[in-house]
Amino acid sequence: MATVTSLANPTRFLSIVDAVVPFLAGLTVLLLGIGLYLSFFVAPPDYQQGETVKIMFIHVPSAWLAMFGYMLIAVASLGTLIWRHPLADVAAKTAAPIGATFTFIALVTGSLWGKPMWGTYWVWDARLTSMLVLLLLYLGLIALWQAIEEPGRAGRAAAILALVGAINIPIIKFSVDWWNTLHQPASVFRMGGSTIDPALLTPLFVMMGAFTLLFVLLHLISMRAEILRRRVHALQQIEVQRAGSGR
Amino acid sequence: MLNLGPHAIFIWAAYALTFVAIAILTVSILVDDRQQRETLAELERKGIKRRSARAKLASGKKK
Amino acid sequence: MRPWLALLTREIGLAWREGGAIGTALGFYLVVVAITPLGLGPDLNLLSRIAPGVLWVALLLASLLSADRIVHNDYEDGTLDVLTTGPLPLAGIVAIKSLSHWITTGIPLALLAPILGLLLNFPIASSPLLVLAMLAGTPAVSFIAAIGASLTLGLRRSGVLLALLVLPLYVPVLIFGVSTVSAAVTGPASPWPPLLMLSAFSLASIVLAPLAAAAAIRNALR
Repeated sequence: MATVTSLANPTRFLSIVDAVVPFLAGLTVLLLGIGLYLSFFVAPPDYQQGETVKIMFIHVPSAWLAMFGYMLIAVASLGTLIWRHPLADVAAKTAAPIGATFTFIALVTGSLWGKPMWGTYWVWDARLTSMLVLLLLYLGLIALWQAIEEPGRAGRAAAILALVGAINIPIIKFSVDWWNTLHQPASVFRMGGSTIDPALLTPLFVMMGAFTLLFVLLHLISMRAEILRRRVHALQQIEVQRAGSGR
Repeated sequence: MLNLGPHAIFIWAAYALTFVAIAILTVSILVDDRQQRETLAELERKGIKRRSARAKLASGKKK
Repeated sequence: MRPWLALLTREIGLAWREGGAIGTALGFYLVVVAITPLGLGPDLNLLSRIAPGVLWVALLLASLLSADRIVHNDYEDGTLDVLTTGPLPLAGIVAIKSLSHWITTGIPLALLAPILGLLLNFPIASSPLLVLAMLAGTPAVSFIAAIGASLTLGLRRSGVLLALLVLPLYVPVLIFGVSTVSAAVTGPASPWPPLLMLSAFSLASIVLAPLAAAAAIRNALR
């Protein structure tokens, strides 16, 4: 908790980000490199799906980040509304496009995985459908941020929307699952097959770690840019005032 | 090179699209970051400082 | 009791006088249901199979058309500020306004649905359950729409933004609503489980949505 409050000072936060980013970037690239090598040269083909199982190594991490991103936004929204943490709305605002991108990647890779597997580019199974709704929730958040000019009001409005969405997500997931069992009683579409071959787990975990580090890296840089953007805006207002008063 | 089976095109497409999406995201974030830092540096060159920096200057002058 | 009733009467009175808003919603409902077969072809079998879905989706869109009426008019002329200084808590005010929206838009749309269902070869015998399902689901539609309306106070293009924000939240209403009606028409599944879940979702919305909407209004009035 003390870390969170100590990070509340934007200047201190910025200096931490500046120190951490180069190191984090190096680590991310390294882990991505290892993950990709393992995925392409070490991982064996699945006995059922063949080589297409390799898509899992990017689909699963992306889907995980899609949910992780929204959870982060939900926690940050609580920070904005309840504790009024000064950086909470910055965290929420910058996480949205990143989370939306990974949601999009999850949908696209899921679709490309599905075509060789069961012959169609899209299927309304519970997981893909929930992921699509999640993308819509992200887009709504981004749209709301764009629509409201004053950052304070925008931050609080987006926080309310994010929490309403967060409460609704389990209900949506439940209803989509229920809807799915109604319409597809016989077939069970499971993304990874009923069990994942242990030999596939290592590349998967490495990629999960690499993607998560990538998310954190991009998020921190984005937060820095947003904090600087607000400072620039404040300074530009001072500049305008000075010009107006004829300095 | 690598034998990715009969559905290789899907595997390549998935990895390629992922790469492109992440690249676009990364580049836009980095460009934005650079732009903000440059604009801020330029404003500070023009002598427009933040309240905290101006306060430090003022307190320095008083001494 | 009197302040609540007074506000409710005012809201309903305003909606009736502004008649155009309710009429537009009903008209929109009719238009959407009418042009759907033009897009899909006149095959009556196909139409009757998709009728529950089309009736529900069109209802959601028609409700959203009039959703900003819930708070935007009062925001623009300052009435909302005055109301917040009154004896009623803001969440209560929003709840009354949402209730009024349900009474003046949700209920009429639900009652119109079976008639429009005729255009889609929807069986008349299932009409009571259709109306019941819609009466059970439209409170959620109105109360959640109020959240969208409150978040978009004073914004440009608020209508479209409102729809974008709120439609994903309607997924449970749509799924359980359509399941109820489909089960009633085709059987053998019972329509009661999804109807109960729909009702539960509506009740939860009635309780929780005004809290979120009130927070959003307070945010906008700062």
